[in-house]
Amino acid sequence: MNIIELIKQPWPWYIAGPLIGLTVPALLILGNKHFGISANLRHACATCFPANIPFFQYDYKKEIWNLFFIVGIFFGGFLTTTFLANPLPVKIHPALAQELATYGITDFSNMVPRQLFNWENLLSLRGILMLAGGGFLVGFGSRYAGGCTSGHAIMGLSDLQWPSLVATCCFMAGGFIMANLFLPFLLG
Amino acid sequence: MDNEIRSQDTICVNESKLEHKWYHNGKYLAVGILFGIVFVKAEVISWFRIQEMFRLQSFHMYGVIGSAIITGMLSVWLIKKYRIKTIYGEPITFTRKKFSKGQVIGGLIFGLGWGLTGACPGPLFAQIGTGAVVVSVVILSAIAGTWVYGRFREKLPH
Repeated sequence: MNIIELIKQPWPWYIAGPLIGLTVPALLILGNKHFGISANLRHACATCFPANIPFFQYDYKKEIWNLFFIVGIFFGGFLTTTFLANPLPVKIHPALAQELATYGITDFSNMVPRQLFNWENLLSLRGILMLAGGGFLVGFGSRYAGGCTSGHAIMGLSDLQWPSLVATCCFMAGGFIMANLFLPFLLG
Repeated sequence: MDNEIRSQDTICVNESKLEHKWYHNGKYLAVGILFGIVFVKAEVISWFRIQEMFRLQSFHMYGVIGSAIITGMLSVWLIKKYRIKTIYGEPITFTRKKFSKGQVIGGLIFGLGWGLTGACPGPLFAQIGTGAVVVSVVILSAIAGTWVYGRFREKLPH
């Protein structure tokens, strides 16, 4: 097997995790930047719709590096799909496949389930709740918590900040509640 | 004053006195690209992997997040121990995070959204890159959520 074929396979956690962790020192050493992504959503508000809200009155131009960073993430996704895509279907746990099949989700070929993440689905209540409702909760919750998985779970915990541990535990708790209690009801 | 507002409810604020040309930001673009590639190749941005994680059906995501945190911790420890400076020779600084009720309430709200959309803010951008353009609706809604938070911030318990 040549190297390109090997790279095209899904990467195991023990390769991906440390590489993601190395983002923390990379950003610190490149310019004393603290790894965090959800702040970009705030910068978007401060740039486009500040509406005299004190929370959005700051010099967002000082945070422009963060925009470059997420544009990079976008291109990373694009380049991988274009040149390094895994030719095999995504393997998922049989119990999950079985559960999703009962909701009519049978296409596991993409990173997101095509049968839920499409424009037509936005015309249904289920689609609006999942995409628009879910996005709203992510944006509102991450700012209220002062960060998202990158800012709290990775950067905050790397710096041994205990409030970040509280936030991370609550992120996980919310996810467990949604996936096991609400989502089956919403999809079913 | 400006920094005071910027530092509200955020973990990533720093104040560099150095002025750089805009293209210096290219290095953050490069880190972002590498980061995005890892995200997709490890299927961290997969809605299915997130659902497996919250159903305890796979160790994958726990392994990724856990080893990322350990790597980050070791790096930060080394940076502090050897007082490593940035490539511009500036000291690397850390700010202490204050506890607020927001980390509990906001954290739970974020978690609900995470379980629903199967993505936190970083993966959303990578998902669009992979061709799932409809995810832009999720991002716009997340910006709306952030705005509503900012609008009603004073009325919420912190």
